[in-house]
Amino acid sequence: MNSGGLIEAEVAERVLTRALTHGGDFAEVFAERTQGMTMAIDESRVESVQAGSGEGAGVRVVSGGTTYFAHVDGLDPVELERAASEAAAALRSGRIAPRGLEAVVATTPHPIERPPDDVPVRDKASLLHQLDERGRAVGAEIAQFTASYAEVRREVTVANSDGLFTSDDRTRVRIGAQAVARRGSSVETGAETLGGHRGFELLGEDPGEIAASAARKALVLLDAGPAPAGSMPVVVGGGFGGVLFHEMTGHGLEADHVQKGASVYAGRLGDRLAQSLLTAYDDGRMPNEWGSDAIDDEGTPTQKTMLIEEGRLVSFLYDRLTARRDGAEPTGNGRRESFRHLPVPRMTNTYIAPGDVDPEAMIADVDRGFYAASFGGGQVDPATGDFVFGVSEGYLIEGGKVSRPCRGATLIGNCVEALAAIDAVGDDFEMKTGVCGKAGQKVPVGTGQGHVRIRAMTVGGTEV
Amino acid sequence: MIQTARHAVEQALAAGASDAEAYASEDRGREVRAHGGEVESLTAATKKGLGIRAWMGARAGYAYGTDISDAGVRALGARAVEMARVADEDEFAGPPVPVRLMDPRGSKGAPELSDASVAAWSAAQIAELALATERAALAADDRVAGVEQAVYADSAETVTVASSTGIDGEFERSSCHAYAQVLAEGAEGGDGRETGFGFGLGRGPEALDPEAIGREGAMRATAMVGAGKPVSRTCPVVLDPTVAASFVAIVGRGLGAGAIQRGRSPFAGRIGDSIAGEILIVHDDGLDPNGPASAPFDGEGVACRRTPLLEGGVLRSYLYDTYTGRRDGTVSTGNAGRSGYRSQPSVAFSNLIVASGRFSFEELLRKADDGVLVTDVAGLHSGVNPVSGAFSVGATGRAIRGGALAEPLREFTIASDVVSMLGAVLACGDAPRWVPFGGSVSTPPLLVGEMTIAGS
Repeated sequence: MNSGGLIEAEVAERVLTRALTHGGDFAEVFAERTQGMTMAIDESRVESVQAGSGEGAGVRVVSGGTTYFAHVDGLDPVELERAASEAAAALRSGRIAPRGLEAVVATTPHPIERPPDDVPVRDKASLLHQLDERGRAVGAEIAQFTASYAEVRREVTVANSDGLFTSDDRTRVRIGAQAVARRGSSVETGAETLGGHRGFELLGEDPGEIAASAARKALVLLDAGPAPAGSMPVVVGGGFGGVLFHEMTGHGLEADHVQKGASVYAGRLGDRLAQSLLTAYDDGRMPNEWGSDAIDDEGTPTQKTMLIEEGRLVSFLYDRLTARRDGAEPTGNGRRESFRHLPVPRMTNTYIAPGDVDPEAMIADVDRGFYAASFGGGQVDPATGDFVFGVSEGYLIEGGKVSRPCRGATLIGNCVEALAAIDAVGDDFEMKTGVCGKAGQKVPVGTGQGHVRIRAMTVGGTEV
Repeated sequence: MIQTARHAVEQALAAGASDAEAYASEDRGREVRAHGGEVESLTAATKKGLGIRAWMGARAGYAYGTDISDAGVRALGARAVEMARVADEDEFAGPPVPVRLMDPRGSKGAPELSDASVAAWSAAQIAELALATERAALAADDRVAGVEQAVYADSAETVTVASSTGIDGEFERSSCHAYAQVLAEGAEGGDGRETGFGFGLGRGPEALDPEAIGREGAMRATAMVGAGKPVSRTCPVVLDPTVAASFVAIVGRGLGAGAIQRGRSPFAGRIGDSIAGEILIVHDDGLDPNGPASAPFDGEGVACRRTPLLEGGVLRSYLYDTYTGRRDGTVSTGNAGRSGYRSQPSVAFSNLIVASGRFSFEELLRKADDGVLVTDVAGLHSGVNPVSGAFSVGATGRAIRGGALAEPLREFTIASDVVSMLGAVLACGDAPRWVPFGGSVSTPPLLVGEMTIAGS
């Protein structure tokens, strides 16, 4: 029997048996092989060309509320058994027998048409030159331009003492562009990315557009004035604007925060937290999306989970352990950066579903406000709900119209108040790629939405 | 490990490289997470790997992997050469050269970097340290509502670098840290929750004080109970060492020659200029006995040293690795940073150290008179423009009124740019602290004459 994976069933069974030598409620072996390549262009020169590979496995034993974890480089069966012994070393109970493994073939909604490894390396270098020319051609004031290319194939196999034995084969490609525009002493930057759980076909249409877009953003900001400071209505742009929902609500819905009382959403299931115009999802099965996988890193198939239904909180995001604690079903959100990390509840692709308001009409209703077209990133403290976002592209709204660009703005607020203050959701929709950090682990996530308006929020600029 | 590195250099040369360098490391690490009086997880791990830089004349390529068998190393050498063939030519690209001969057992002049207590302490002992940290936080104040997580982690690593140009060195280093994320709420519980972070670091668990770490987290969390928003205005600001360290690190990154040469730093062309308050003295020191990042040599095997950056407010030097040194017609300052075998070296500060001033914390508050103490910042990765130095970040802290601490403040931003901020530093405190987030920095609290805060 084979799951089409990285380790034989017989090896996995021996490792699990060893892991439960001194007792435990649950044991798991997670095997991984990664192979990737990155390169960059800077000063119109392709550099930092790099290939990397690695394989290894992590073994965990769960006993009561405690997880014992050990990981090793390589997939040598002897080393895997040694890791199992190490994980079991601190336990003191009698032997438990794991259930026999039953292979499950995970179905993937993410077909790879053109494996990046089949594409000549030189073609990737030419692509970067293409991006460089495109970005620099946007204007004479583009002083610098850099772009990057990254591909990774990550194969995983999971076997556990409940008898699960399954595998996934994940390919991701992502390109990024950063432009610096300069006029006299003003220096501004613009950035754009494109990525997916896809092969090289991702770059088939017009990859150069991200270079042009990054350059245009930097140029627009050359005309920027200082950002306003104070509380005002804020319209957030589509696509990467979704990072707002990701930070201010998504993290607080991850069940580990909730169960420790370290989330403002603890005990709020079923409550109305937003106006009925707001519905939101986490969906790890969106075909070929950046944050998608066939299974999570505990072998649970990914799924579409409704988080907020017409303003009401309807679900948290679970991995196996937190689901067991709540008597809930895992939602396929147990993710880990690598075999060197323990899985924790994480978002996949998180988004606000499209509404019915025309973005222009949304802005026309605002007399004086701020338009955050795009963010550089954000951060939240799930326990207090306090969040902050760096605005990478922002404008004043004056008399119902978008007026001058602003530099250096930050949005700051509290999740509960800001979520309740969303009073319009646009009928446009776009997904963007991001890399989310939590507990020292980075995983690819998608964020999305159309334009969204928040009645009042603090904008932190320098113009008091 | 050094044999692996030497073998890797040979394999890259055999595959056709004109020069090669190999970095190999092995790391044994442990981590304990405690919550609710129980061990939540206990992790034990070893990791080892190898990275090879290969040059084909003026082209450079890199390959890394975990397979250090003979066949694995041979494949990696060939892969590095294959990558080099794709890169464009760069006249300054080339292997590092030994600036000073190193003792392969850890060089003279370098501080002792390993502490025996890392190996000596059992899993049960480090678990107890994490649990004691949590208990200390819970016992510190009635308003402590819980500890989200109390964590202990350590590592003992061996690092080696070898090259075709005579670099050949190995050293061992241990480190550990513990922290507590503490939750607090007001007596009525109606104000919502506040969080506070306490931490400590050292070369071994014997250097950690779980009581102090738990208490610090509790104190920071309870200090925020009942916090409100400040009024938007421009005023003097005192930066707590943890916050000052974040800004000093931004300055340190801006002084890396890579950012300077590629026109991505606000400090380009400013050597010899007076850019900061006269009281500000900053240096980079890769050999500081207490520095978390101290090492006998840097990520490409070049000896570490002490480099003055700011003296009397005057900018003295940038930081160089081999590539940027060659490009500026100078030599490496031993500042090739490397976050492990999976990354190629690039310029980075080692330990960035702000010299202590002569003012107590209370004197800094008195000098500020009417302003804000900032105890935490959020959003540094998105709120800072590294090219212009402009920033706007989220902050929490305390009001300063009549030269003394007043009510807690949250949900506001501070905005300025790092060059203006350096110029506005009026005084340095007398109690520095090592802060390991986003690079290793030691700094006392700083008084900044003027910053814009945005609140209600």
